[in-house]
Amino acid sequence: MKSKLMALTLTGVMAFSAMLTGCGSSSGEDSAESANTIKIGVFEPITGSMAAGGAIQIEGIELAHSERPTVTINGEEYNVELVQADNKSDKVEAANAVTKLIEEDKVAIILGSYSSTPSLGAYDVVKNGDVAAIGLSCTNPAVTAGNDNYFRICFTDPYQGQVMANYAYNTLGARTAAVTTEQGNDYSVGLAQYFKESFEALGGTVYEAAYQTGDQDFNAQITSLNANNPDVFFVPGNFTEAAMFIKQARQAGIEATMLGGDTYEVQEFIDVCGAAEAEGVEFSALFDPEADLTPLTKEFVQNYRDNNEGKDPASETALGYDGYNIACDAIEAANSTDPVAIRDALAAIDFTGVTGRVQFDENGDPTKEAVIKEVKDGKFVLKDKASVAE
Amino acid sequence: MSWFILPTGDVLAQQLCNGLLLGSLFALVAVGYTMVYGILRLINFAHCDIFMMAMYIAFFTVADDFRMWVLSFVVVIIATAALGVLLEKSAYAPLRRQNAPKLSMLISAIGASYLLENLATVLFTGRPKTFPQIPFFVDMLQIGPVRIQRLAIIVPVVTIILMVILLLLINKTKSGMAMRAVSKDLETAKLMGINVNATISFTFAIGSAIAAVGAILWGLKYPQISPLVGVMPGLKCFIAAVIGGIGNVKGAVIGGVLLGFIEVMAVTFCPSISAYKDIFSFVLLIVILLFRPNGIIGEKLAEKV
Amino acid sequence: MTKSEHKKRNTILNLVMLAALIGFLVWGQEGSGFGTYNRRIFMTCCTYAICALSMNMVNGFTGLFSLGQPGFMAIGAYVVAILTVSTEDKKAIYMIEPISDFMANLHAPFFLALIIGGLVAAIFAFVIGFPVLRLKGDYLAIATLGFSEIIRICITNMQGITNGPTGINRIPNDYMNMYVVCGILALIVAFMIAFMKTSYGRAMLAIREDEVAAQAMGINLFKNKMLAFVLSGFFAGVGGGLLASLVGAIGPDQFKFTVAYDILLMVVLGGQGSVTGTVVGAFIVRIALEKLRFLDEPIDFGFWEYPGIGGMRMVVFSAMLMLVIILWRRGIFGNKEFSWDGFFAFFQRIFRRFKKKEVAE
Repeated sequence: MKSKLMALTLTGVMAFSAMLTGCGSSSGEDSAESANTIKIGVFEPITGSMAAGGAIQIEGIELAHSERPTVTINGEEYNVELVQADNKSDKVEAANAVTKLIEEDKVAIILGSYSSTPSLGAYDVVKNGDVAAIGLSCTNPAVTAGNDNYFRICFTDPYQGQVMANYAYNTLGARTAAVTTEQGNDYSVGLAQYFKESFEALGGTVYEAAYQTGDQDFNAQITSLNANNPDVFFVPGNFTEAAMFIKQARQAGIEATMLGGDTYEVQEFIDVCGAAEAEGVEFSALFDPEADLTPLTKEFVQNYRDNNEGKDPASETALGYDGYNIACDAIEAANSTDPVAIRDALAAIDFTGVTGRVQFDENGDPTKEAVIKEVKDGKFVLKDKASVAE
Repeated sequence: MSWFILPTGDVLAQQLCNGLLLGSLFALVAVGYTMVYGILRLINFAHCDIFMMAMYIAFFTVADDFRMWVLSFVVVIIATAALGVLLEKSAYAPLRRQNAPKLSMLISAIGASYLLENLATVLFTGRPKTFPQIPFFVDMLQIGPVRIQRLAIIVPVVTIILMVILLLLINKTKSGMAMRAVSKDLETAKLMGINVNATISFTFAIGSAIAAVGAILWGLKYPQISPLVGVMPGLKCFIAAVIGGIGNVKGAVIGGVLLGFIEVMAVTFCPSISAYKDIFSFVLLIVILLFRPNGIIGEKLAEKV
Repeated sequence: MTKSEHKKRNTILNLVMLAALIGFLVWGQEGSGFGTYNRRIFMTCCTYAICALSMNMVNGFTGLFSLGQPGFMAIGAYVVAILTVSTEDKKAIYMIEPISDFMANLHAPFFLALIIGGLVAAIFAFVIGFPVLRLKGDYLAIATLGFSEIIRICITNMQGITNGPTGINRIPNDYMNMYVVCGILALIVAFMIAFMKTSYGRAMLAIREDEVAAQAMGINLFKNKMLAFVLSGFFAGVGGGLLASLVGAIGPDQFKFTVAYDILLMVVLGGQGSVTGTVVGAFIVRIALEKLRFLDEPIDFGFWEYPGIGGMRMVVFSAMLMLVIILWRRGIFGNKEFSWDGFFAFFQRIFRRFKKKEVAE
């Protein structure tokens, strides 16, 4: 009896999935037929270890899409359709997902990805294709280097590492720094390395320790590093691990300033860390709701708060928002649906968004200034505007 | 910087406390692996996802004002035990009825593990949630040179109490006897009139309930919940169970504590190679497997010819 | 039909299949309706089929439960990457810790690199095999998984050689077309089928069925297990090398222990111990993963609009896998190979059952 029930359930599931397949393909054809639609590919990790970051960026992209659902090409209005392709935080899947966006969905331009790992997986496909990709927060310099089709709207790891080293040495007056690396995360390794180089070049001393992606206990590293009594801690990992690191460091009674990178800037960082423990954490960021980076910032922030029970937008959300708008601007500047024309228009664009002004250099990287932010009373507040001091 | 550093006494005392806390947490989850292995000879790959689901259940049941936390914990433990039984009934029982080889069960376990992880991603999104921080557990205490949370005392005590209760349950009660009989020989146990299915479900319920206790304490210590939160503890605790002698409750506890100490001590004495610290666990695992394949205190399992 | 007629029919059908395959490969080239995306899926399928075959060699044929595949794949992938990326590109990629001149100048043509990758992986398998092959059952699985993770952690940390967690990109893919990938897969399939007919292959099957009996027959257990393990390491290395060239970028996170589960799923789904089954299993898993992507997008049913839940495809995929395992636990082919006789017998059975029902009604 039970096995019959089982078989029945299975048949049901199979039939349902078969039905979905049928409907899925037919609806896909329908949308391709309607003339005035232009597609933007959203290439983000929806599942896997980076799903958290992907979700935050998609939020920004969708917000921008809801505000600007159409673009004008040659005087005609085109509906913008977002096509999501999950890269599963994985390189093999990333290459396939981007191929699907370019080949099957015929998108005009691609947004993504959060993190450099999937972006590097897509590197070859994007390079050999005709469609431009705009990296939102893939800070590894390798993503755009030697690739004419890959652009990004964030700063890079070397820049951020230098900014933080200068800030720690010159502004905070630190002479010794404890640096922890999230081994297995290229972002963290890059930031730690460039921080160390710059900090030592300035005359400081660096103590190092490492942890693995996914670790949750850092007491051993904290106790060992603290034995050297460093002036500052630099914890440039993903916010998921870094929040726990800082929480445990504060609980261990460490009062040195905690420094970090741009991934910190999400509400979950403070939630996980705890408002008391996160107090005084400083990090470099691309965006701050209070720093009127451009005239557009205020409106965006207000809009976001209205839709999200007063919560402030994260940098990643703002980047997603800017990414969508820069893509639309490039389409309108090209005045064409042809991906190559859009790419060329993108390369020459002078865009002002909510996170700053974007003009691409020959690598496809913008020159953006970082802001230094601080956690105060459970909120992110602007501390300083920073640049790489000579 | 030399690769070996001799820590001061204060640092060492702090690290020993860190190691004990981490090890006790490992031990709690390792017990679940070991119980299922003991009875079914099956590595329950989905155990770490039961652990993850327990954290989510706790997140949704523990109220904001924390007054009712005891009640919420009971709900979490019962719900997780029910989830464990559900897993057993849907993923393993149908295969057992067909007398399927162990490998099929293992694949089913992997499938169940993927299903739970992906389901959690869809239901709760990938954005991490914060485990409720109940002040009673997370307050800091200063004892001599050592600064610890109250948890650091609670966790080892809970671990030892649970271990004693489990050992009594297995060795002194009737259902414990049934469990031992099923673990020795499933077919014969059936002939003896033991309700094998009920016994196995009971084992899953107990294993999952202990995972729920582990998840609650883990969540209080590391207050972050995401769909993949169970993967790393799962792997470590599984190693702990094998090191101690899989199938043996005492072994799992010893293995867990040992692994916790090794992880912490590797960083204490050799901070410059802390990036390689996971290798220590694996090397220990392989060494144990080679020289004492049944773990530190594991019994000799009869190979069926 | 007489026996010779059977044989004749089978030969003809085999030739038709071969012609269809070649026809498909020729048709599927650039500029046809098949498309880059589908070509890519096809090549990914072939690559994973090779990795699955390598696992089938130990798990399916020899009955050893090994989960070491990701480690061997990683070694093959890194060897191919280091040997095929041009010197200038290597110098540009190694940003954190510059690459040594010796490493930067190492270079080999693609096919040679692929073989070297396989050989290096095989050497590692040999070294690892010495201690771990003494273990049995689950313990072997755990130990091989442990070694695979050790390899991955070392790769993550050896910045100067492997470029650490960033991994290596700009791997040339000049030879990545359907002929090459499918050709390599066909070669390996042919090798495996032929190999299983040799005395070594028979010995492996004997070990799988009953170790004690095999030993009593005078089969050297260790030697034959080692042979299977080393061959498996070689093929996994080749598969990893192909994967590196196909994706164009590799990193240590691509070779986590969970990859072993994915490959194991392919093997068990297709049928452990069956070469054709393993290949079919790999194709089904990879194609299902890609084709279920529509679940992440919104679908309009007319009466109800499915909002497109990100991640839904993985839920459906894992649920389907579980059901398949529970209902067809032997996999699609069991441990038998595909044969036309079996193929027709299958349809005859269904036909007969159908007829019986009609009579009964």
